Amino acid sequence: MKNAGPATGSRSFLAKLRSGDEIARLVTFLFAASVVLVTVMLVYQLWIGSAMPRHKFGFHFFVTQVWDPITDEYGALPFIYGTLVTSSVALFLAVPLGIGASIFLAELAPARVSDTLEFFIDLLAAVPSVIYGLLGVFIVVPLIRTVIFPTLNNSLGFLPLFKGPSYGVGFMTAGIVMAIMVIPYIISVSREVLLSVPRDQREAALALGSTRWESTWQVVVPFAKTGIMGSIFLALARALGETMAVTMVIGNTPRISASLFAPGYSIAAVIANEFTEATGDLYLQALVELALVLFLLTFILNGLARLLIVVTAQKGSGIAS
Amino acid sequence: MKRVSGLLLAVLALGAMAWAQSSLLINGAGATFPYPIYSKWFDEYHKKNPNIELNYQSVGSGAGIKQVTEGTVDFGATDGPMNDDMLKAFNDKRGGAVLHFPTVLGADVATYYVPGVTGALNFTPEALAGIFLGKITKWNDPAIAGANRGVSLPAADIIVVHRSDGSGTTYIWTDYLSKVSDEWKTKVGKGTSVNWPVGLGGKGNEGVTGLVKQTPNSIGYVELIYAAQNNIAYGSVKNLSGSFIKADLASVSAAAAGAAKDMPADFRVSITNAPGKTAYPISSFTWLLIPAKFQDAGKRDALKGFLKWMLTDGQGYVEALSYAKLPKEVVEKEKKAIDNIQ
Repeated sequence: MKNAGPATGSRSFLAKLRSGDEIARLVTFLFAASVVLVTVMLVYQLWIGSAMPRHKFGFHFFVTQVWDPITDEYGALPFIYGTLVTSSVALFLAVPLGIGASIFLAELAPARVSDTLEFFIDLLAAVPSVIYGLLGVFIVVPLIRTVIFPTLNNSLGFLPLFKGPSYGVGFMTAGIVMAIMVIPYIISVSREVLLSVPRDQREAALALGSTRWESTWQVVVPFAKTGIMGSIFLALARALGETMAVTMVIGNTPRISASLFAPGYSIAAVIANEFTEATGDLYLQALVELALVLFLLTFILNGLARLLIVVTAQKGSGIAS
Repeated sequence: MKRVSGLLLAVLALGAMAWAQSSLLINGAGATFPYPIYSKWFDEYHKKNPNIELNYQSVGSGAGIKQVTEGTVDFGATDGPMNDDMLKAFNDKRGGAVLHFPTVLGADVATYYVPGVTGALNFTPEALAGIFLGKITKWNDPAIAGANRGVSLPAADIIVVHRSDGSGTTYIWTDYLSKVSDEWKTKVGKGTSVNWPVGLGGKGNEGVTGLVKQTPNSIGYVELIYAAQNNIAYGSVKNLSGSFIKADLASVSAAAAGAAKDMPADFRVSITNAPGKTAYPISSFTWLLIPAKFQDAGKRDALKGFLKWMLTDGQGYVEALSYAKLPKEVVEKEKKAIDNIQ
């Protein structure tokens, strides 16, 4: 009897192994663990790869505005500023548009229209970013330079946001191009989330006498809130790391300006621009440290996003994902 | 299934045969600017010497220097000569020197878009330095207008466009500005990327051209080859002997000939602002970086053979691709220097 316990245990383990459960568990665990492993190795490599500038500049790296490869002086502030400003502009434009469109597609449009449009949205999401960059260079930049900026400058020019000469390239242009790029993500994910809200929820709201819009806005959207947030964070992640399209339209000038129409620079763009010709160890390592900063920025923003979800989820409403 | 594996075997066998035949593979990496002529040369040389295959990756001058220093490639290539620190780093790592061999010549030209101005503009060194320092801000500034009598220049703000990616083109441009302006030399300096006092950055020659073409009253700089191949208008620049010279293959070669007399033994020389009546002042060599000591005698002899061919027959392919040829004086000096490879 005494040996029976372990014996059956091992036998059941063997049995599990034979039926594949245990193997599946192990294999999928390894796959899941590899994600963590890659992240840890990435941070480790960026950390040791940026040892020289970290020791030389310390915290000053984050607050210095000079980026001078000749005198070996490096500061990340203009790049951090540019990354945050362009991403904010992009989300400011893309979130209302994207969520509005997804509500229409999920709640109001006939299924056939919704599915057809979804096909086009998926197509848009698959367009390479260099194509969006070209679109920016040939359409958005001239439009900003000749129409949008002069109009804003004439009417609202007293605000620092709309001051300066008209270059066409700059934070705003990069933000607009990025907004066009991330809208498909927001629409696609939000639509799926809205469609997955149980039918009962809608029917209950309608049964209580609410109109179609009231049931959508007060019941379905709050129920799907967490998932919609998820789509926004996906868009934010894409915006923070966008390289090719941004560098084509941002002006590539490491300067901090209050004006949205001034040229700027972003972290991803400067890495892509300068990495291949970076001579000298400190220069190269400063670029690696910029990569570390970008990772940190993504990490912090994602953390804040999670926090936001937890806080708003506690206030009530649904748990759809 | 059987047929598939049979096919696979055949492919593998063919691959193995191809591998066995090309007995010597020499790898290089570096500058993007000379990539078209290098790939042409390596291709032609392989046709003449089927047992030697030269493989070149245009990853950029900085990466080329890094890779040849670390020994991951057999030779490197760069648009700006290695400085003393880099040479020392190479010596420390590899226990030997690295030799510079000029291969072809290139040049930078000033391209601009000023509405109403159709002809080619003349630029003095002072005007170019002033514009890129942000001191000359209007097109009708006396420094520009003085060299362009009869052209009506607008009182518009100048928009400066420079390269945003690190590049040999920027190295040549800033090297020139450092020579003609002390203020540029102390405030900015020369390099593949610099801290620009003013202006917008465009990625690549095409990025700069795109911005200049679109933005009224702008000025930028691009490679001569790029300007020639895309029919981009560009201005003349005043050289050391006081004449305004338009960049072309002859005036770029003339700059190299002017500098050949004072050519140092290691060929690490800048030929911007070179003497010579017809010399275009913003010209430069581009170099191959060859280690002085080889472990592998086969690779050494193959590279020496290639260098000899490149300096003689190889120069015949140069002008068809819009590069300027090496002047005779430099070719003779280089032929002697090949013996330093051991």
